[in-house]
Amino acid sequence: MATKLKPVDVVTVGVGLTGTILAKELADSGLKVVGLERGGWRDTHPDFDMPHAHDELRYARRHELMQDLSRETLTFRNAIGDTALPMRYMGSFLPGEGVGGAAVHWNGVTWRFLPWDFETRSRTLARYGKDQLAEDCTSQDWGVTYDELEPHFDRFEYLYGICGKAGNLKGKIQEGGNPFEGARSREYPNPPMKTSHVGMLYGKAAKQLGYHPFPAPSANMTRPYTNPYGLTLGACVYCGYCERFGCEMGAKASPQTAVLPVLMKNPNYELRTLANVVKVNLDSDKKRAISVTYIDSRGREFEQPADLILLTSYVFSNVKLMLLSGIGKPYDPQANTGAVGRNYAYQTNGNVTAFFEDKIFNQFMGAGALSMMVDDFDGDNFDHTALGFIGGGWIGAASAGGRPIDFRPVPSGTPRWGSEWKKATARYYNRAFGITTHGACQSYRGNYFDLDPTYRDAYGLPLLRMTFDFRQNEYRMSDYMTKKAAEIAKAAGASRLSVTPRTGKYSIVPYQSTHNTGGAAMGADPKTSAVNKYLQSWDVHNVFVIGASAFPQNGGYNPTGTVGALTFHTLEAIKSKYLKQPGPLA
Amino acid sequence: MSEKSRRNFLKSAAALGAAIPAGAAAQSQSKAPAQVDHVKQHAEHMRQAAAQPRPYMFLSQAEVAFIDAAVSHLIPKDELGPGAKEAGVTYFIDQQLFGGYGSMARKYTQGPWPEGTPQQGYQSPLTPAAVYRAGIRDTNAHCQKTYGKTFDALSRAQQDEVLKGLDGGKIELEQVRSQFFFNMLLNNTIEGFFADPVYGGNRDKAGWKLVGFPGVAAVYTSFIEKHNVPYKAQPVSIADITGRLAKVDEHGHPIHVMIDDDQAGV
Repeated sequence: MATKLKPVDVVTVGVGLTGTILAKELADSGLKVVGLERGGWRDTHPDFDMPHAHDELRYARRHELMQDLSRETLTFRNAIGDTALPMRYMGSFLPGEGVGGAAVHWNGVTWRFLPWDFETRSRTLARYGKDQLAEDCTSQDWGVTYDELEPHFDRFEYLYGICGKAGNLKGKIQEGGNPFEGARSREYPNPPMKTSHVGMLYGKAAKQLGYHPFPAPSANMTRPYTNPYGLTLGACVYCGYCERFGCEMGAKASPQTAVLPVLMKNPNYELRTLANVVKVNLDSDKKRAISVTYIDSRGREFEQPADLILLTSYVFSNVKLMLLSGIGKPYDPQANTGAVGRNYAYQTNGNVTAFFEDKIFNQFMGAGALSMMVDDFDGDNFDHTALGFIGGGWIGAASAGGRPIDFRPVPSGTPRWGSEWKKATARYYNRAFGITTHGACQSYRGNYFDLDPTYRDAYGLPLLRMTFDFRQNEYRMSDYMTKKAAEIAKAAGASRLSVTPRTGKYSIVPYQSTHNTGGAAMGADPKTSAVNKYLQSWDVHNVFVIGASAFPQNGGYNPTGTVGALTFHTLEAIKSKYLKQPGPLA
Repeated sequence: MSEKSRRNFLKSAAALGAAIPAGAAAQSQSKAPAQVDHVKQHAEHMRQAAAQPRPYMFLSQAEVAFIDAAVSHLIPKDELGPGAKEAGVTYFIDQQLFGGYGSMARKYTQGPWPEGTPQQGYQSPLTPAAVYRAGIRDTNAHCQKTYGKTFDALSRAQQDEVLKGLDGGKIELEQVRSQFFFNMLLNNTIEGFFADPVYGGNRDKAGWKLVGFPGVAAVYTSFIEKHNVPYKAQPVSIADITGRLAKVDEHGHPIHVMIDDDQAGV
C-alpha cells in the first residue's frame, strides 16, 4: 500500500537536462518542486575525479554511467510480425541513469535544428510535391517554428555556455560559421574550440571542394565561463574523454556544472534519488493527473500528489510512463489511430575512415565536440530533385579521443586478428581518422513504440517495445552523403578509404548514437501528435512531456540543442500561460 | 605468470621506476631526505606488489592453458612486441569472468530465450562466464575428436585452423554457437590488451606502447594545435597515479615524461 505524501506544486520524473532546468526556474518562481530520479546522486567531485573517471574499460565498455538493464530495458524487433526480444546489453544507444542523466556522459555537440526541420512536411510538399515522400512516411511539421524557438535556443546556449562561431547573425551571413543555420539573435557565448590536425586537414579539403566548413558548436568549454545562474564552468583541457565519461574539470556543460549547484540550494526544491516512478495516477475521467507513484530503494511505495507533472526522462521512459498510465491513446499502426508511441525515429549514420601514410593525427587528444563540419548536405540545404530522398545531415571529422579499445582503425580487408591485424593496428592507430555522415531519419507508419506482451521489468511492468527499421529514403540519403564524405577524404590526401554508408537492417548491436526521438511527438493535430506545441499532453492537461520524445522525426543534427530550446519554450508557456489559467494551451 | 614474463615485468617495472628519480630529484631541493626516502620506498613497494604472481579466480588450469594458447594467436608476440599472452590477457579474462562482467551484472537476464536475429544481439541464456566454460569444453572436445589432443597441445598450425573454424562458424559446438564464443573471446582479448593495466592485462602497457597511446587522460591544451607533430610520452596508468609513480598536476592529470626518438621503438 502506497504511503500518500504531502502534495507539492510540481513533480519532475527524471532529473537530467530538462528536469533540472524546469525545476530550477519553477522553484525560483515560488513553486514547491520535487525531483524524482531512478538513479543515484553524482557530482564532478568525487565521482568524476582523476584517475578513475577516465577508465575506458569501466565507462566506455562496461557503461558504468548508464542505465542498469537488469532492472529495466526495452525489447526490439525490426518489423511488425517479428518477435521482439530484450536488449540484454547496450549497444546502439546509451541512455543514462542517475542525476544528470545522459547529459553527464554526452559529447557536447549542441546544434539548432534548421528552420526547415520544423516544417519538414509542408516545405517538402511545397518544393517537391507529394511524390518526394514515401507513402508510409509520417514525418510532419512540429507545430512550432524556428522563429518561435529562437529566443529559447539562445537562452539554452547561454545557460550551457556553448562554444562556436555564428554563421547567420540576424540574417547576415558570417565568415567562419555555418552559413546554412537559421538566423541567430546574437553570437555564441564562447568562441569555438581549437582546431586539431584532423580538423585543419578536413576543413581545407572541404573548402577546396567548394563547401563551407566550420567548427562544431560545443558544450566543452573553450574558456572558464560563468553562466546566467552564476555558475562557473572550467576550461576543457582536450584530454579526449568526453563521450561515456564524466568531466573532472567541470568543463562539459551538464546539469552538474550548469544548474544543480544553484538548484540544490533552493529551499523550494527537493531531490529524491533511487526513486523509480512506476505510474502517473489520473482522475476518473482521465483529464487530469493527480499524483505519481514511485518505489524507493527500500522497496517502499509512495504516492506523491502534485498539480503539475513533468515527464523529464529519456525518450523511452517518457513514452513508457505515458503508456503505463493511460495518458493519451496508444498508437495502433494497423488502424493508424492513436498517437502515443507514434513516430519513433533515430539517426542514419554512415562513416568514411581515411588512412594516410605520411601524416600523424594524435587522435587520443581532443574533446567530445571537437570537430570540423560541413552542413552543405543537411536538411534542404541542397536540391533534392530526382535524388529520391528528403533530408540529410552534417558531415564532419572529429577529434573526440582515440581510446584504444574502441578506436583501432585498420584498412578494409585487414584480418580481424593475428600478426597482420597487429601490424595494421600499430601502423594506422595514429595515421587515420573517421568522417561521420550524421543523417536524419524520417518517421514511418511501422516504426513505433508500444508495450511488450512478454518481457517485464524488475517492478513487474511490461517493457517498452521498439519496432524499427530504416527505409529507402534513409539508405539513399546515406549513400549520397557518404559519397560526398569520401570525396572530401580523397581531397584531404588519404591513401586509402573505408566507405560504409548505412545499409541493411537496423541492428541494435553496434553503437550508432544516443539520438532516439519521437514516441510522444508534438504537432498541431491531436490525431497525429501526443503533445501540443508546448509539449503538453493533448489529453491530460497538467502533464507535459519534455525531451527528444517530442521530435516528430529526427533531423540531421545531434538533438540536445533543440531539446534545450523546447524545454525553455515549455517553461515560458507554463509560467506565462498555464499557471495563470490551468487547462489546455492549444 | 611464467618465470619469463615475470622477469619481463620486473624489467619493465624497473624501466618505469627509472623515471621516478627525475621527479624526486626535482623536488629534493625543497624536501627533507626522509620524504624522498618515503617516495622511493613506496615506489619499491608498488613494484614488488605488482610483480607478485596473481592467482586465477575463475578459470581452471585447463582453461588457462586453452586461453593462453588461443590469445597468443589472436594477438601474437612478434617483432612489434609482446602479444596478448605476454600482456596477461588470460588473467584479465579470468578477472572479468569472476566479476560483474562474467555474471552479466547490470544486464537484462530474464527469459524466455529464443535465439533471435543478429540484429537483436546477445540472446544467450548463458552468462559470459558460462559461455567460456561451455565454449572451451566443446572446443577441446572437437580437438580431441579431430586431432586426439586438447587445443593447447596442438601444433601452432592446428590451433590456427581451429580458431579459423570457430571464427568462420565451420566448427559446430554443442552448447554455444562457435562464432558467438569466438567473438566474445576476441573482444575480451582486445579489451585485455588495451584496457588500463589495473585490470590485470596490458601488462607493461604493451598494448598502449604498440600504438603509442599515452594512457590516463592528460592535458593537451597546448599540443592539440601542433599539427603533424608526434607526441611520444611514457604511458601512465591508473596505478602509476594512485601509487604515486607518476607526477600529476593539481587536477590529477599526469605530467608526461617524453620519450626520446631513439627509444621510441615503433
